[in-house]
Parts: sequence; C-alpha cells; structure tokens
Amino acid sequence: MNPARLTLGPLLYNWSAEAVRDFYFRIADEADIDTVCIGEVVCAKRAPFLAPQLPEIVRRLTAAGKEVVLSTLALVMSAADLNLIAETATDDGVLIEANDVSAAALAGGRPFVAGPLLNIYNEDTLACFAGMGAIRACLPAELPATAIATLAESASIPLEIQAFGRLPLAVSARCYAARSRSLAKDGCRFVCAQDPDGMPVDTLDGVPFLAVNGTQTLSHHYLSLLGMLAPLRQAGIDRFRLWPQTVDMVAVADLFRRTLAGDLDPAEAGDRLADLCPGRDFADGYIHGREGRVLVDMEMAD
Amino acid sequence: MNQQRPELVCPAGTPAALKTAIEAGADAVYVGFRDETNARNFPGLNFSRPELKDAIGLAHRNGAKVLVAINTFPRAGATDIWHRAVDDAVTLGADALILADIGLLAYAAERHPEARLHLSVQAAASNPASIRFYAERFGVRRVVLPRVLTVAEIKALNAEIAPIETEVFVFGGLCVMAEGRCALSSYATGQSPNSNGVCSPAAAVRYVETETGTASMLGEITVNHFRHDEPAGYPTLCKGRFVAQDQASYLFEEPTSLNTLGLLPDLIDAGITAFKIEGRQRGRAYVAAVVSAFRQGVDAVLAGGTPPVASLDAIVEGGRETAGAYRKAWR
Repeated sequence: MNPARLTLGPLLYNWSAEAVRDFYFRIADEADIDTVCIGEVVCAKRAPFLAPQLPEIVRRLTAAGKEVVLSTLALVMSAADLNLIAETATDDGVLIEANDVSAAALAGGRPFVAGPLLNIYNEDTLACFAGMGAIRACLPAELPATAIATLAESASIPLEIQAFGRLPLAVSARCYAARSRSLAKDGCRFVCAQDPDGMPVDTLDGVPFLAVNGTQTLSHHYLSLLGMLAPLRQAGIDRFRLWPQTVDMVAVADLFRRTLAGDLDPAEAGDRLADLCPGRDFADGYIHGREGRVLVDMEMAD
Repeated sequence: MNQQRPELVCPAGTPAALKTAIEAGADAVYVGFRDETNARNFPGLNFSRPELKDAIGLAHRNGAKVLVAINTFPRAGATDIWHRAVDDAVTLGADALILADIGLLAYAAERHPEARLHLSVQAAASNPASIRFYAERFGVRRVVLPRVLTVAEIKALNAEIAPIETEVFVFGGLCVMAEGRCALSSYATGQSPNSNGVCSPAAAVRYVETETGTASMLGEITVNHFRHDEPAGYPTLCKGRFVAQDQASYLFEEPTSLNTLGLLPDLIDAGITAFKIEGRQRGRAYVAAVVSAFRQGVDAVLAGGTPPVASLDAIVEGGRETAGAYRKAWR
C-alpha cells in the first residue's frame, strides 16, 4: 500500500488578504499536510485579491516541503477567465488543478491534477483524463464507495477522496450572496466576504440545509469520513482532501493523519473533530450511497 | 443581420408527443431511452427500442430529425448500459447523439466515427477552450450551451468557435446552476441528474398539511410553504423558498420558466444553429403550444417581422417567465 497523503483543498471563501496570508503561513509552518491547493476557484472577480500575495505564500509552502497546486476557476465564461487559466496552465513551473474541462485542455499535455469539480464518474472518463496528462484525480462528492472502489481498481493514477468540510454542490453564473442582499452581481460590493464559512441557508421550518459562497452552493453539513478512512485505504485510495473551513485546520489535519496512521481510534477522532468544530453538523451520506446530507456513521453523532 | 435559419429542436417524452412536435413544426425532436441513460428518467416517460425505431421512421418521412439524448454520466462498473444505448441509437438511425460524459464521447467517437455527436448541456461547456476540446478530441459538431451566458457572449462565442454549431434553450424549465455541475438534488434525496437522470425526483415529493397551509417537501427538506388559498407548486430545489440573512425568499430563482420569444431577433442574429425547447416530461398540449409559438416566431423574424405575441402564460411554471442569463441583469 502506498503511504497515505493529505491534501488541503483550495480555500473557497472570500477571506481578507491578511486572513489568507496568516492561514497559509500557519499551514506551511505547522500542518502535517503533503499537498496544498491554492487559487480562486469560485469567482473570477475575487482573483485579483489573491494574486499579489500568491508568490510569497507559494514560496513559504514550498520551503516547508509542501507540494503546491494552483487550483483553477470552476465556471469559465469570459475571455479574461480563459486567459488567466491559460497563463497558469502553460507555465511549466507550476502544477494546476483543473476544475473545468477548459483548464485540462489548455494544459496541452502538461501534467495536471483533475479537480473535484470535473465530472469523473466512471473508469472510461478517468482514463481519458489520465491520457490527457492528469497525474491524479480528486473524485466528485456524490460518488458512493462502490463506485470509488471500481474506479480505484481500474485507475492508472492515484485517486483522492474528499474527506472533510463543506461539500461543493453547485456553481452558477448568478451570485446568491449578492442576491440575498438585494445587490446585482456587477455591483456586489464583495458582500461574500461577510460569509467566511459560507452564508447559512435554512428551510422555512428552520432546518439548516445549505451554505452559500457567492456563486457557489455548498452543504450545510461538514463531511467527515474519519470512520471510512480504513476501508477506503483498503480499496486503494491514497489521498484524502480536507476543505478549509473556519476551524483549526492544523488540528483537523492532525486528527486525520493520526487516524490514517492507526494511532487514533476513528470514534475517538470523531469526538475530537466534533470538539474542534463547535456548532457544526456532520454528514457522510454520499459515501454510503445515500442522500449527501445524512449521517450514517453514528459515531459522529452527538 | 445574420439570417441563418435556426433549427427548432423540440422535446418528446412519448411517441405521441413526437408526432405532435413534428405536426407543430419541429425541425428536430430529441428523445431518450426508457432508463437511467438520459437526464429525464421519469416514470412513464421515454422510448423503448421499437418505439424509437418507429419514431425515427415517422420523423424521417416528415423531413424531421431525431436526436437521442444519452446524457447522464455512466456509473462506474456499469458503463455497458450506456454503451448499448449509444450502439442502439446509431443502429436505429438516430440523426445525432446528445452526450455529456467524456468517457462515453470517447466510446461513441471510436466505435461510431460516422455518427453525429452533440455535446449535451449537462457537460456545461461554457467557453471556447472547452468547446474546441470536445470538437477536436471527439468530433463533436454541435454544443448545447449551458444557461449561463448572455446573448452578446453567445454571439462572440459563435464567431470564435465556427464552424462548431451551438444550440441554446429558448423555452421551458430553467436550471439556475451550471448544468451537470449541481448535486443539490442528491444532497437532499440521494438521486441526481448526473447519476440517475432525475432532479428533485417525484418519489421524494410529499405535500404536508400544516395549520396555515401546505408544505411541499423533498425528502426531509421543506422546499416551500403555501397558504390554503395558494396552489402548491412542485418542490424543485433551486426554485424553493429558503431563509438567508433572516429573510425567507426564493434565494436561487423564483418558480419561473425561460421564455425567449421576445428575444428571438437577437438570438437569431447571434448566429445560433439550433433553438431548443425544454420539456420531455411535458404533455402534448404543452408541446403543441410551445412548438407552434416558436415556429411562428422564428418564421416571422426570418421574414423580417416581429414574433407574434403568443399566450404561453397558461403553461409556464408558476405563470411567470424570465429571459434568464440571456439578459445580463439576471446575474
């Protein structure tokens, strides 16, 4: 069995420049994480905020021994979006994570990572991306363990599974952070910055359901696959992705690392994860072939 | 002004609807097999193999084309079901296959190099780099555009990607999220358009009486609530009412339908090859009314006039309509 690796997914939310810098510096200095993804995935309008400090953050992460991957935009609509991706994708010095077919195509045969927002549902599609130059693939959120096992059996490249955090569920041309505050997308005043962990969306009868991050819709529940790490390892999965949330991600990574190493019992790890994420609800339905919002592994229930 | 005559591509969930669409002036009709291989996998809908054979015969005798949608994402370990759908559609004489999955496109391009391939809206190819990839790699001739672009953006895109054809939705149910990239339905119900060919599936729908009216539910999720004097609408997730910022609202989109009759001159000018009407799950009355209205509208614009004002109010969702992303203000 290959050693297990942890990937930090790209920060999806619109945090302040200082918060972004502090977050990644701390990851560089303290987190037991192998790969760090960084880049604006959700909204092209936000990309200019990250750009000035990106080189410094990448240097710090690289110096700390992390593999750095530049994640690209999920919904690519304008020539400006495409130019930005083309610039990154054709730079031999960086490894990109493609979150749209355009980025994979623009890589032009250079190595890239197939991101979780590409639709890789079956072995034929996985093989196509591998043939295009994908060196690994992070699978979509809604895949059940049965499909993951089938893919792992046929895969010629390592597979990564989303294991912690809010699940990215949808992208849109429309901005719901702006719409919820009666603003147009063009005059959005970047109100999404007020939702550093997503804007809560409840049902009319008060059940927490979704979280909005600008044009992106995520799950209310935090995914936790702590209890599934061992069977997924058995099925041939080497990599696990943690999505940044407004919790202590260094501590979260530590829990996953120690559980993967067998140094921590999954139930104990689950208790500690719940302590690290006060007020958050957990779900793991997709991996069990159920609705994504349900919790099957009851060890994560309070 | 660009005066290319756009093809009117119309929905048929049953052989009867196909006949109705052709009689109402459809240039092409799109259909699916009666299984999970297409994105309208609803009970009582779609075509068996013999029904498709007859439908293609009828359409061809009337000068219309039949496009077969095989546009879900094949399940790992079960891709043979989708391969068989591709093989059968080609054998039965389909004029084009509408596919979304890259692996399935590769299969179709390799096994049936003569088949005409269209890229489904479920692939959400929204830019020239993606579109060229599908054309160069798999020989895709036409791309059904996701409902995220404005008319001006579509016009610019067409100029850039020619001779690859584009097809856009002109009427019907409206996805608010980028198509094929939305898992809201499976998050609430376990069934998604990508995997199962259903969104907000009927089997998960419940209407629950409350003290003040009726709640429409999808699985355990309350999607909307209606007073006793309001008609209770279908709980499509992205058209529901939710609470955000301490306010209940149609956060994603109102229960509304896309209607572009008024935009037809602009859409024709944008150099689009085909106009698509949504609604394979709808009945013959819908097909007849919408197809006729758009047939007359397109013909009127091409003759130098304006589209006649057709009354489609009775058949649009919630009685309300929108031009969606085609107008920038929608964003």
